[in-house]
Amino acid sequence: MTVAAPELERGWVDRELAEEFPALALWLMRVQARSGHSPEAVRRRLRQLSDRITGGHVIHMRQDPVPWAYRVFWRQIGIDPDTDRTPVEQIALDRLEWGGLRSRNLLDDALVIATFETGVPVIALDADKVGKAIGLRLTGDDERLGEAGRILSSRQIVVADEDRCLAVLSGEVSQDHGVRDSARNMVLCALQVKGVPEISIEEALWTVSDTLADGE
Amino acid sequence: MPDVGEGAVLAEHDAAVSGGLQRGAVPPFDAFPPHTRPEERPARRTLLDQIERLEGELSSLFVSTWPRKGFEFSVPSQGGPRMLLLSELEILRDDLAERVDHARRSLSDRTYVEERHRARIEEMLLDPSKHKWVRITNEDIGEPGCKHWHVRPRWGILGFLMNWWRVRISSGCPLARGADPH
Repeated sequence: MTVAAPELERGWVDRELAEEFPALALWLMRVQARSGHSPEAVRRRLRQLSDRITGGHVIHMRQDPVPWAYRVFWRQIGIDPDTDRTPVEQIALDRLEWGGLRSRNLLDDALVIATFETGVPVIALDADKVGKAIGLRLTGDDERLGEAGRILSSRQIVVADEDRCLAVLSGEVSQDHGVRDSARNMVLCALQVKGVPEISIEEALWTVSDTLADGE
Repeated sequence: MPDVGEGAVLAEHDAAVSGGLQRGAVPPFDAFPPHTRPEERPARRTLLDQIERLEGELSSLFVSTWPRKGFEFSVPSQGGPRMLLLSELEILRDDLAERVDHARRSLSDRTYVEERHRARIEEMLLDPSKHKWVRITNEDIGEPGCKHWHVRPRWGILGFLMNWWRVRISSGCPLARGADPH
């Protein structure tokens, strides 16, 4: 039996958000995979990645087109990227602080590899616990992150399905809908902003998918 | 919680996303009524463009200041990630402009002082006796590393008494030491 290769889907974007940020998009990939301990090949790849990150590289990273595009977007949505870093900058700073990229589990390692290689932030959700239509919208009054998570302030930008908020755009994923060890199906979500080419988005999602497949 | 649209709307959404990269995404429902008025749109667009340009300038300045220390690049957060009000976008634009201006002036002042230090190093090398005991480090000229130029008397007290001065150039940062074998 052959398993069909995962396909890219484009999530919906709330009309007001799309008018404000015409290039904003959420790309989705549904994969059958599970997390767990990272095999040696993935841990080796993390070490190789870690060796490529130097102080000078981190300093100049903010002028690379893709990380810069996310910095600008972070700024435009009211986040100071020097305080709450974009995911790729946070990975690089963690590397400098810890002297290496620490392996946590297969999924997190795959997300780190993809994010650092492409600059594109990727999050993963448990496909069996989220709705069919996933996209980006603004929160209303008194909405929670997930079913019982913290209350979100009004007009926050969130990843949501038909019923609820699944993740905040800066990366915080609802505990109810994040991937746990028991998850067998995942939805990978990559955020595209102005200045980020689709090829980078595709590469990020495929990197996660391939890393998960290699790790099984 | 938003009202989910009819099944037909979801079916339309499914049809739109199934085409992959070539197709646009259709929201399955109107989440909430928009807060931004249509007449605000051009002003918002202009402000977002200005923020993008200022962020670019701030990033360039950040890279230019490396490895110098003591510069401030942080601009207060507006409590994101969220869609900012027009007034908040204006405040953010103004804060960014102020930060860029401040960083640019600070860098200009710093580079002026560094240029003076470089000129002084040349003067020290040409005539050390006119710059007794002066010490200039790499940091003073905006360079990384521990190298320094230090005007000292040749042969210690004898040079001091005879007014024989020279510039000693350090060989850089101390090497990292391994664990003591004993």
